[in-house]
Amino acid sequence: MTPNPYLFIVIFIGVALAFPLIPLALAWLWRRFFQPPKPGPDKTSIYECGVESIGEAQIQFHSQYYLYAIIFLIFDVEAVFLVPFAVAFTGLPVGAFIAILIFLLLLVEGLVWAWGKGCLQWER
Amino acid sequence: MSEQIDERLRSELQHQGVWVTSMQELYNWGRKNSIWPLQFGLACCAIEMIATAASRYDIARFGGEVFRPSPRQADLMIVAGTVTKKMAPQIVRLYNQMADPKYVIAMGACAISGGPFKQGYNVLKGIDRYIPVDVYIPGCPPRPEALLHAFMELQRKIDEQKLTGTNKAQFLKPEQPSEFPVPKFGKHDLEPPANPDVFHPPEIERA
Repeated sequence: MTPNPYLFIVIFIGVALAFPLIPLALAWLWRRFFQPPKPGPDKTSIYECGVESIGEAQIQFHSQYYLYAIIFLIFDVEAVFLVPFAVAFTGLPVGAFIAILIFLLLLVEGLVWAWGKGCLQWER
Repeated sequence: MSEQIDERLRSELQHQGVWVTSMQELYNWGRKNSIWPLQFGLACCAIEMIATAASRYDIARFGGEVFRPSPRQADLMIVAGTVTKKMAPQIVRLYNQMADPKYVIAMGACAISGGPFKQGYNVLKGIDRYIPVDVYIPGCPPRPEALLHAFMELQRKIDEQKLTGTNKAQFLKPEQPSEFPVPKFGKHDLEPPANPDVFHPPEIERA
């Protein structure tokens, strides 16, 4: 009789669980019977190369950065389209040329809009 | 170990293929052969420390090649170089952040006494003023062989540490502190200039 093909997965899961859990359990037993825990304000503090940490670790970036991200994305995508356009430029039909010009116009329009709104000014 | 079993019987069994050991021996054997140093260097001694870790001197032969960039994973602090007074609080804080058991090697003349800068105003006159040092290496800088020798001395020290009993290892005693006060910058010097619980300078006896 052949074993169930899923049996190997069960064995695999068992080994995958035992492999980390056994050393952790041994370490816990060792701490329990031999090594007294010695926590302290320095030991439990955040490690920053020995310097005392300032503020929280969970800082958040200001939401106005999304404008820079979007403008970057526009030109990033534009570059992706422009490179094949430039390579195939001589063999392109008129329709494709006009299509890419419309695409560029849309992006330029977005840039003009962002410029007009003052998004390109670096403000803190 | 030797209290429990006769050494000759042990040797006899070993020849027959039976290895008798104890928890303490096994534990210390594992610890002494995987001492992970904290990865930081302070001055020119660090260059010798790097040479010790590189292929020619190869500290990996002693199980110490895993230089950890975090004190949480390190067992050994090699104070390799001049400890300025600006740097001393950070060194003590790093030592405090290491998990027990932890060991310190003071490498070079500067780390053990201030070295050539001892008469100056801005160099700590030995890191043993703030943290307990296990092995001192003299030299300016010590050669890689000297660091390897210190490493072997530390291994010997770890091997002799007891797990139980009244003279068990210091880090196993609950009353032994794991952290030492971090010195502050005072007006002219670090405050305090030395930790009296740790620093026991040799008394000069004059005849």
